[in-house]
Amino acid sequence: MSAIGTIKTIGKRELTGYFASPVAYVFIVIFLLLAGFFTFMVGRFFDRGEASLASFFLWHPWLYLFLVPAIGMRLWSEERRLGTLELLLTMPVTTWQAIVGKFLASWLFLALALFLTFPVVLTVNYLGRPDSGPILCGYLGSFLMAGAYLSVSCMTSAITRNQVVSFILSVVACLFLILAGWPPVTSMLEQWASPWMVEGVASFSVMTHFEGFQRGVLDSRDVVFYLLVIIFSLFTTGVIIRSHRAG
Amino acid sequence: MIKVQNLTKAFGQKLAVDGVSFTVERGEVLGFLGPNGAGKSTTMRMVTGFIPTTSGTVLIGGHDMAAEPLRAKKMIGYLPENAPLYADMTVSGFLGFAAELRGLTGAEKGRAVDRALELCFLEPVRHQSIDTLSKGYRHRTCFAQAIIHDPEVLIMDEPTDGLDPNQKHEVRSLIRTMGQKKAIVFSTHILEEVEAVCSRVIIIDRGRIVANGTPQELKQRSDIASTVVVRARGLASGVLEQKLAKVAGVGKTTVLQEGAGVVAVRVYPSAKAAHGDFAKNLGEALYKEGVQIEELHTDEGRMDEVFRSITMPETGRGNVK
Repeated sequence: MSAIGTIKTIGKRELTGYFASPVAYVFIVIFLLLAGFFTFMVGRFFDRGEASLASFFLWHPWLYLFLVPAIGMRLWSEERRLGTLELLLTMPVTTWQAIVGKFLASWLFLALALFLTFPVVLTVNYLGRPDSGPILCGYLGSFLMAGAYLSVSCMTSAITRNQVVSFILSVVACLFLILAGWPPVTSMLEQWASPWMVEGVASFSVMTHFEGFQRGVLDSRDVVFYLLVIIFSLFTTGVIIRSHRAG
Repeated sequence: MIKVQNLTKAFGQKLAVDGVSFTVERGEVLGFLGPNGAGKSTTMRMVTGFIPTTSGTVLIGGHDMAAEPLRAKKMIGYLPENAPLYADMTVSGFLGFAAELRGLTGAEKGRAVDRALELCFLEPVRHQSIDTLSKGYRHRTCFAQAIIHDPEVLIMDEPTDGLDPNQKHEVRSLIRTMGQKKAIVFSTHILEEVEAVCSRVIIIDRGRIVANGTPQELKQRSDIASTVVVRARGLASGVLEQKLAKVAGVGKTTVLQEGAGVVAVRVYPSAKAAHGDFAKNLGEALYKEGVQIEELHTDEGRMDEVFRSITMPETGRGNVK
């Protein structure tokens, strides 16, 4: 069987698994409720009086901080806890095919949740004449950012068979990715660190790389950043799984 | 079909498996015996390619597990210990998934799933979600997964664990039938199962192979193998023993049972090699003496005794020659 076919089969199983349990529905409902709450109540969408989704995308890094690890935490820890990892990896399947298949399925699921926020787009189009560039870019950036968070959760879930530990590790790791470029932190760093160092730390942040997308600027460096985070995390996941098997 | 050479696995300083070698050909059913923690599961996990070996090679149908894992894994069906399953899937959904990963698609996949459902008696639960199944059904679902692609090599870690006596019987007869065309390795704690199903037995203890042979050969190593049990009516054990002592080739005798007019005596031949007509000679001699014989049979030896004496040499020594 081709590698693509194997990845597809594994991904399909993973994705149907979400919908066979309440996980998918609970996640989507909570995600949409929180996204709406932050956009309209906290972000004061109506008071801004501007036809843009700035107040919508602004909250995504924080929203994902807790919700994406909730999806990613079980990816590998559950396979290890239930012993299905042994079943999966004794099939004619390579470790990387399993990793990519499971990751893509979860990412696709997050994409679906993100897609279901489309009423916000309809609302802003109904109320005014927004520039669709930043909206499309924002969605793309948000999708890539979700992927980056997810790959980090994927990595932490390979470390432990305990889902709670996996969740906490993943939140902490993602929090670091946010804080490294969060203005309050960077301004604190500026007081004693040299500018190149501040910039160096900030360049590891999903915040820094999300700003461009929010403004509607599609910078290849930002896209590459997210893809590199994903590739690095998935590669590390493979190393961790291999080391577990080696005992 | 399966060729394992010098398989070794070290977890830190501890050697879980130490220099295990064996081969299994098509048409053979190899039983893997050993106390808990002897290294049975670790060996199977290395043979199926789940964990890498520390040293040694595993060849499946000529394919090296380390060099060509996908080709080797394709030929294997594997039932891991405790029968792990994706609990959120239905039985047929899960088997379809396994079939797809095995490279079966379309009508071929449907046929494979139907065949596995039928062989494992899973028809009644095919649309049921796995987490609602009883343990027996779950176990057989995992078994069905292992045979979905009609593999040439079948490896099973405690396939009858947790099944009721009827299910055990079904699984055993399934293994026996499939053993005619496949190379099968399975581990178990149940000694009668080995006798019923295996063509060859390996006993493994503390990571090493300590015995390797057919069930009959192993049983022959038992102290009571080829002894004759005589059960007679109407005389005291001492009298019977005296009569027996006169028969040629009789060594030691021990009384097994006495009471209610019936005595049972175990008769050890003086030399194990000369047992060919031992039972017949005994019977004829006692008949001439006018002893009322109720039962007379040659003991084949007992597997559990052999097992204990091999894996617990401190307490079991002396039971085996």
